[in-house]
Amino acid sequence: MRLALMTLIWAALAAAICVPIAFAATSPLLAWRGPVYILAGFAGMIALGLMLVQPLLIGGYLPGLSAYRGRRVHHWIGGALVAAIVIHVAGLWITSPPDMIDALLFASPTPFSPFGVIAMWAIFAVALLATFRRRLGLRIWRIVHMSLAAVIVPGSVIHGMLVEGTMETISKAALCALVLAAAIKVITELRARRKPRALRAESIARQ
Amino acid sequence: MTTVVLNRRTLLTAGSSFLASGVLATGVSGLLLPARADGLAPTESMAGGANNYRKGAAIVDRIGKGGFWMSGTVRRAGDGAPLAGQRIQIWAHTVEGQEHEPQSHGATLTDKNGAFRLEMPQIIPIFGQPHGHLAYDSGEFKTVFLRPVMRSAKETSLEAHFVLQPA
Repeated sequence: MRLALMTLIWAALAAAICVPIAFAATSPLLAWRGPVYILAGFAGMIALGLMLVQPLLIGGYLPGLSAYRGRRVHHWIGGALVAAIVIHVAGLWITSPPDMIDALLFASPTPFSPFGVIAMWAIFAVALLATFRRRLGLRIWRIVHMSLAAVIVPGSVIHGMLVEGTMETISKAALCALVLAAAIKVITELRARRKPRALRAESIARQ
Repeated sequence: MTTVVLNRRTLLTAGSSFLASGVLATGVSGLLLPARADGLAPTESMAGGANNYRKGAAIVDRIGKGGFWMSGTVRRAGDGAPLAGQRIQIWAHTVEGQEHEPQSHGATLTDKNGAFRLEMPQIIPIFGQPHGHLAYDSGEFKTVFLRPVMRSAKETSLEAHFVLQPA
């Protein structure tokens, strides 16, 4: 029974990420795109998929992974997320340099660009600060990471939803909704889990 | 002792206001174009309008195999008089080529009513929006680059209108 539930959870996660990507792979638009542009598009979708895995790992919702292993995998996927974003941006730059430069300079006519660019910088900031997290201290690191996550997740979701590209609308919306829901659930839950301890520590300090 | 109030609510508020500023920056700019009382105002170049422009595209009867219509008008700022014989260059990412490729570019001239119409291959979404590019860049008037967006990628025509001011 436990094994069945475990399989179901992992299968649901795989489906949430792979179904939208599979739909995109059948898009007629691909016929008129070069390989670099296609790669850039799929790197963006993979980044969105990884963004669903990240909060699930930290929240401990994925069965079969200990809290320690979950955190380790979260770090590696964070690195993969940065790599996916770099491929996304570099591929689009190669495809049409003036359009990418406009986007990075916040001078683009497309409404989704600033959301993507802001989310990109926030992701890079998390990755950079993660390497200094011990020096920052766990409390500060958590506050910084969570506030950046509160920029990254809605920014990426709005970016993805506004783009008219190879992704099929309903499967894209479903993935975006799951990414948003997972992030909100973990942020609220981690706060709730930490709060009682913080309050206890405070009352002990007062005595 | 003072404690900094940093909870989820303040963080989310900060995060979302950061994002909202992005929306405002892109949305409000359209409302801040200068209003002119003296007649027809000249068209301003659109953001990204000049991207992948190739100067001096040949005047053609049709770009590629056609199937999609780009049309519009060219008028003079102030009195709005139609401008005949004006060269308008058109390019886009279509089913026959990417935006920067030479076969995706062509030019046409306006008729005596200041109207132009050029058949080109079907435009398809590129960089997240189905859009075309048009340029007036002949020197007599100030250069204008337009970047109209199709309401739907299924549309088979697109319009853009120029109001030019002396260079």
